[in-house]
Amino acid sequence: MPETSRRRLLFGTAALSAGAFLTACTSNEPAAAETSANNEPATDGDKPGKAITIGFAGPQADHGWLNAINEQAKARAKKYSEVTLDITEGSNDIAAQIGQVETLINKKVDVLVILPADGKALTQVGLKAMRAGIPVINLDRIFSNPQAYRAYIGGDNYGMGVSAGNYIGQRLKDKKDAKVIELAGIDGLELTQQRTKGFDDALKNYPNIKKVARQAADFTVESGQAKMAQLLQAQSSFDALWNHDDDQGVGALRAIQQAGRDDFLMVGGAGAKSAMDAIKADNSVLKATVLYPPTMAASAIDLARFLGQTKGVSGLAELEIPASVTLYSAVVDKDNVDQYLPTGFR
Amino acid sequence: MKPPASEERRGGPGSAASSEPAAPPAESVSTAPAAPAAAGPSGTSGRPSGGPRALGLRLDVRNLSLLGVLAALIVVGGITKPDQFLDTNNLQLVLTQASVIGVVTVGMTFVITSGGIDLSVGAIVALSSVWATTLATQEFGFAGILFTAVLVGLGCGLVNGTLIAYGGMVPFIATLAMLASARGLALMITDGKTQIVEVQSVLDLGVPDSYVLGIPPLVLVFAAVTVIGWLILNRTTFGRRTVAVGGNPEAARLAGIDVRRQRLYLYLFSGLCCGIAAFLLIILAGSGQNTNGNLYELDAIAAAIIGGTLLSGGRGTIVGSVLGVLVFTTITNIFALNNLQSDVQQIAKGAIIVAAVLVQRRTLRNGEV
Repeated sequence: MPETSRRRLLFGTAALSAGAFLTACTSNEPAAAETSANNEPATDGDKPGKAITIGFAGPQADHGWLNAINEQAKARAKKYSEVTLDITEGSNDIAAQIGQVETLINKKVDVLVILPADGKALTQVGLKAMRAGIPVINLDRIFSNPQAYRAYIGGDNYGMGVSAGNYIGQRLKDKKDAKVIELAGIDGLELTQQRTKGFDDALKNYPNIKKVARQAADFTVESGQAKMAQLLQAQSSFDALWNHDDDQGVGALRAIQQAGRDDFLMVGGAGAKSAMDAIKADNSVLKATVLYPPTMAASAIDLARFLGQTKGVSGLAELEIPASVTLYSAVVDKDNVDQYLPTGFR
Repeated sequence: MKPPASEERRGGPGSAASSEPAAPPAESVSTAPAAPAAAGPSGTSGRPSGGPRALGLRLDVRNLSLLGVLAALIVVGGITKPDQFLDTNNLQLVLTQASVIGVVTVGMTFVITSGGIDLSVGAIVALSSVWATTLATQEFGFAGILFTAVLVGLGCGLVNGTLIAYGGMVPFIATLAMLASARGLALMITDGKTQIVEVQSVLDLGVPDSYVLGIPPLVLVFAAVTVIGWLILNRTTFGRRTVAVGGNPEAARLAGIDVRRQRLYLYLFSGLCCGIAAFLLIILAGSGQNTNGNLYELDAIAAAIIGGTLLSGGRGTIVGSVLGVLVFTTITNIFALNNLQSDVQQIAKGAIIVAAVLVQRRTLRNGEV
């Protein structure tokens, strides 16, 4: 049939040109080149100590913040000539991550830094490492047993909500019957509940403010756009929006732009560079973002190095490094954005 | 030589499927009746379709029951949130949000009609969208993004189709492999980062200024894909072959249809739809991210099935699929307007799938067909 062969020809050409075209455009090099440098305030004890190997096991970096965690850890380790970083392939599969940590234990690394896909589920393997004499730095998602780690460093999800609530409260404190809405992250995660609880608790300080709507998105741009578009349709007027995550905030901002709304102020969360740029430019509803800094990964490497070389933290009276460090959820707005921009992640 | 993939799906449900293949062409998927507002612009607009048969009042019972569900939802939305739900902006919103998954579902309907399945659609949307939004691609502006999205979709479809048609792989496995590798590649390309689109001409298509007579361009594309899909499935040799291959591949082969080539084209078509959907998603979200298109495969399959396309192949209806998509999008919209939380939303969505299919079965038993 002549008809069919014509079609075949068409498809063939399409496929061929597809291949040719794709090879031409495959890269993100310019972006990759200028990735976040570690911010400067480096630690004391910069002089090389004894050579150590730090094992690093994190979840799959399928999200801007997690990707920044990996980059921060790698960049920090590179700064120390005597530190070797043994980093495992990230996985969101708990069993796979347990296997990876066990591999690092068998390799007898000097210190382990673990950002578990799920803190509770990986507690046992943390215990195993500690029993094998390898000190564990538990990063961000906390193990359920304090014996499973030597030191914890992580963000403060509840504090994030509190900071966001207080910032919005301050901005709206003179407004009567102010309405606030919340675009939350993944509802299945405990951290999302904590962020919401902190937010609600902070809003209790401001009786003139009422939270009128809350929708959960998936931490993705796509879900951020979709859920925000619905929220905007549902709430014809409100005064402030707290969005838990700057990645989904890209989508939320897009929805706000598409709806042509600018009658409220928006506060983001996490501290992405795109959000900080928007805050600095001050040309959108986004006026602030609450930090949940991925720089904690760099600090975790520092702590691991101290542990491996049995040093303390200078500036503290104690000889040993603390068992727990919880970061402060600072609010970045137009006034201080320049200070924080270097920590913004892509 | 018999295509090796022909047996595996001919097992149990085969008999149900094989009794049908003659029916679908006659079914002609009726002009949707004066559909309630929401179905208007997308589902029906381009289809005062010619042919005296279509003008007749032969209503497909499956579509009728879905229209009923949709009408019920519209009543619920209108009662619970009259101001927000029955509002032009909201109509535009629902249709816009249906567009991306709707285009994917049209491609999926063809694949399922042919007795196959495409589990990779979400991953292909993700890969197309991130490939099209790399900085290197964005340099070529609007055309570069559109071209890359469509070509990556076609490329993935080509791989799927070749593996299934000529490699003899089961569609489930071949597209599952594509799901995994396309997602992996998307992650590799983005390095976990969100690729924000800077090309203004692309972004402009997503804002109200670009609406044509109040219809967002995304919705126009969705409508066009729907009409073209409907025409291909119901009015062309290609469509009849698709149905025949799904009904009984062996009989189709004996009737002189090149079953393997047909299958290749079908997965290519599905890939093409994913590429188009990826472009729409880029317009909508203004960025490419490796998490794009998450779970589209399940949404598209669900929409096609509740629309009346047989999972065992041999019957497919584009109008039903589109109605299925609209039902899902409308539910999501009503839930969000009423500020229901996501757990409730998920449960209700599951319940509505079950209800729609049960209603359909009942209507089927009582009605003709």
